[in-house]
Amino acid sequence: MPDLLIELFSEEIPARMQSRAGEDLKKRMTDGLVEAGLTYAHASALTTPRRLTLAVEGLLANSPTIREERKGPKVGAPEQAVEGFLRGAGITRDQLEERDTPKGAVWFAMIEKPGRPAAEIVAEVLEDTIRNFPWPKSMRWGAGSLRWVRPLHSILCILTTEAGAEVVPLDIDGIAAGNTTAGHRFMAPARFAVTSFEDYQAKLKRAFVMLDTAERAEHIWNDAQNMAFAAGLELVEDKGLLAEVAGLVEWPVVLMGRIGDAFLDLPPEVLQTSMREHQKFFSVKNPKTGRIERFVTVANRETADQGATILAGNQKVLSARLSDAKFFWENDLRVARAGMDAWAQALENVTFHNKLGSQGDRIRRIAALARELAPLAGADADRAEQAAKLAKVDLNSEMVFEFPELQGLMGRYYVEAAGHDAAIAAVAQAHYSPLGPSDDVPTAPLSVTVALADKLDTLTGFWAIDEKPTGSKDPFALRRAALGVIRLVLANDLRMPLDRYIDAQLLRHRYHASNGEAALRDLIEEIADHGVFGAAFETIREKLGDPDALEKLAGDVPDLSDDLLAFIHDRLKVFLRDEGIRHDVIDACIAMAGNDDLNLLVKRARALNAVIATEEGENLVQGFKRANNILTQAEEKDGVEYSFGADVKFAESDSEKALFAALEQARARIEPALKAEDFPVAMAAMAALRGPIDAFFDEVQVNSDNQVVRRNRLNLLSQIRGICSSVADLTRIEG
Amino acid sequence: MTDTTRTAPRSFQEIILRLQTYWASRGCAILQPYDMEVGAGTFHPATTLRALGSAPWAAAYVQPSRRPTDGRYGENPNRLQHYYQYQVLIKPSPPDLQDLYLGSLEAIGIDVSLHDIRFVEDDWESPTLGAWGLGWEVWCDGMEVSQFTYFQQVGGHDCAPVSGELTYGLERLAMYVLGIDHVMDMPFNDPQSPIPLTYGDVFRQTEEEYARWNFDVANTEMLLRHFEEAEAECAAILAQSHDDPKTGKRIVMAHPAYDQCIKASHIFNLLDARGVISVTERQAYIGRVRALAKQCADAFVQTTAGGYAAA
Repeated sequence: MPDLLIELFSEEIPARMQSRAGEDLKKRMTDGLVEAGLTYAHASALTTPRRLTLAVEGLLANSPTIREERKGPKVGAPEQAVEGFLRGAGITRDQLEERDTPKGAVWFAMIEKPGRPAAEIVAEVLEDTIRNFPWPKSMRWGAGSLRWVRPLHSILCILTTEAGAEVVPLDIDGIAAGNTTAGHRFMAPARFAVTSFEDYQAKLKRAFVMLDTAERAEHIWNDAQNMAFAAGLELVEDKGLLAEVAGLVEWPVVLMGRIGDAFLDLPPEVLQTSMREHQKFFSVKNPKTGRIERFVTVANRETADQGATILAGNQKVLSARLSDAKFFWENDLRVARAGMDAWAQALENVTFHNKLGSQGDRIRRIAALARELAPLAGADADRAEQAAKLAKVDLNSEMVFEFPELQGLMGRYYVEAAGHDAAIAAVAQAHYSPLGPSDDVPTAPLSVTVALADKLDTLTGFWAIDEKPTGSKDPFALRRAALGVIRLVLANDLRMPLDRYIDAQLLRHRYHASNGEAALRDLIEEIADHGVFGAAFETIREKLGDPDALEKLAGDVPDLSDDLLAFIHDRLKVFLRDEGIRHDVIDACIAMAGNDDLNLLVKRARALNAVIATEEGENLVQGFKRANNILTQAEEKDGVEYSFGADVKFAESDSEKALFAALEQARARIEPALKAEDFPVAMAAMAALRGPIDAFFDEVQVNSDNQVVRRNRLNLLSQIRGICSSVADLTRIEG
Repeated sequence: MTDTTRTAPRSFQEIILRLQTYWASRGCAILQPYDMEVGAGTFHPATTLRALGSAPWAAAYVQPSRRPTDGRYGENPNRLQHYYQYQVLIKPSPPDLQDLYLGSLEAIGIDVSLHDIRFVEDDWESPTLGAWGLGWEVWCDGMEVSQFTYFQQVGGHDCAPVSGELTYGLERLAMYVLGIDHVMDMPFNDPQSPIPLTYGDVFRQTEEEYARWNFDVANTEMLLRHFEEAEAECAAILAQSHDDPKTGKRIVMAHPAYDQCIKASHIFNLLDARGVISVTERQAYIGRVRALAKQCADAFVQTTAGGYAAA
């Protein structure tokens, strides 16, 4: 069975696209081959900056012959019908076969599709693959119309058997497939012929090309580590950079150089970022001082001077870069030490979003909310406000302008340089966290406060202007913000009614959009103090004296607020799914009052999830549903609600009396447990009803002929519903 | 002509002369700089407009370029508000353009057997010209020495055939080749000349003068007015009939209109340096210049050079 070797040789492929392209080449080719009937034993894709290579072992030499049977018209059918069938099947009359069927004699056609040689199929599939390759961005070049990531220069495509290698005949827009490739661009540029994958790989290595990305990465990592170790230093791990650098070279040569003394006092993060982003250098740390003192660069070639010229050049470029960084750092420190007013001023003119105002507006809103949230997180309101006002000033620093990824971190340095204490400075960095599902959640009260205020302001802002995430589109990372809120609240065990803060912040956005009418501002303060749609609503309306203003301000705020809370609940479901909590369990808890207190909600859901997982719990749900169904049907039929107290004196059987007693007991345990938010106890008490409920249904016919007894029993079912519903909405439990 | 390759150039101007000689020997028409203020060599109509249409083209030239916001009063080692770009545009892009480019590095004294030359992904986009292309920045020992782009679109038109564009930042490249740390110390002519001149001798004073004018003095009211006027003139030129009533010839005035687009673009850069354009306005101004560039591109493809053939 032949082996197939394909190499698509082009100008330099962006590093970030290489591995995906290798996978796509493999998938598209093997899918196409298999679909055409060519199975294979093994396939692997390899990439370098200039080539995508696919090696397929043990490919069938021919696709199998396929015999297909097709049923035609009845024997004796009109001549046109038979001829039409022959045309359709592409056969002649002598290839027809007469067969008896239960419906009489019928013509059958036996169509044989002969197998095709592998070369023919490979050529077709490869052409299709090249012409429809899913590059993230592709281009045309010269006068042609072919698209590839960068100009495609040659195609190597051979099938190798024991008899030798054979070129697969193929021509794509003037590029004819052959059996040759070229080595390293500078060290061995001549073209050479290959006969198999092993031959190809070995010859490439002699021509200074390491074909396998993993091998290049490993080589880089080992050499770099050894070099650092030999100097008594430590290489700073950076997997992303390693992957990128391995995609920039065909023949990696690792070189280590010194960072000029003048730059060693820059914050290590600045050194690391500048070197990584601009130069793609690894950082080398001195474990004794903790400082980054050297760098590792990876060249794409060996030179007669052992890389001395290359290293000197890189060192010089680095000095120029770090001079810039040092210049930014020193300028920034000057502004910071002067109190950072210049930055705060400038942020007034930086647009956050054209419908949400400037960064200055945004910071004011966050600071106002932070004041309100502070007591809940155990922080001081004045300090929270101050920390919030300082948390984003670094956005206007020169360093962050140059390296946006240092935002927050630089803020921490600068806020501290401005003379604020470490807790306030830490907020500048920590308030962006958590950024994902797994990174650390802030725990310092000030950081928690501002982080929450920041995220809630973002969520409410984009809700207010109707820029919610849709499908896979979430340009403002609102799902991440909602998850951040959830993780902050849960990890810090915060007890807060989210609703009122969402309302208050939505109103702040409205106030902003109204261009700041004083009456509205006072109103928001009032609402923020009391919660908007609670009891204080009437008071506020009276106070306002102008109900239209409230209408103008609030408008659809209640709807938006509900919608945003539902969005947060959705994210919570995703978050709790990993914990093994069923979505219907969460739904059953969300249906309860106080669902905007996420901690309460999660406590309830965890307890319910645990109970439902037991046999007791599962049966209780069945019993509850049965009671609820009978009751609902009766209520619909009778047009009344059976919520009147049932009386034990009308109970006829023992099991009925026992249920009365059990419900009384359950109520006595559940009510205080709920008050104490001890959901496991409440749930256990509820689950204990399973026995009496089952016994009741086994023995008792609810719809008795005696109307007094029937009503009493329905009222008894209503008690079951009432008690169970005080714990969770069990109607939402599936199954 | 003596072969200067493999000998080190001694001055800024020698590097320019070697590039001119090299690209002339590879068949490029050596053009002169465009006589207007532009932000980059790409603005020269020999690139922007000639990248459009099907007519083959091969040109190389030096283009003085102005970026008012980059002015540093001549103090920064490599930031200047006025600097030079070397620009090569070949249409259709030849298959050996990378090798041709590497040859040009050899020509200016970079021994590629000792240096680490890399093609690092960098897609080029000019929002003001409505243009984009794919390519690389070329690194020599970690330093960006050129921009290498296959033009895909200009002024909203697909480029077919595709042009290959090379842009060399001359000061930075020359400083690297000559081993100079501060641009103002770079020898402009041969240091052995009877009157040796440095880059600073030629440009330090003008960098100061322009930095002051760009940042603090330029009359913004006047500039805003000139922007509007250039915009209006561009539209007015393009609104003219293609048939010249005086000569009876078909004359589409793409180039005069494009001059107004260049003017508007530079005035925008000046206003930006004066700090009178807010972030939101910025986008709007860029959009207005792009609209002009697009109309000029539309007009150019209606000219003979742009591939128009009378029916």
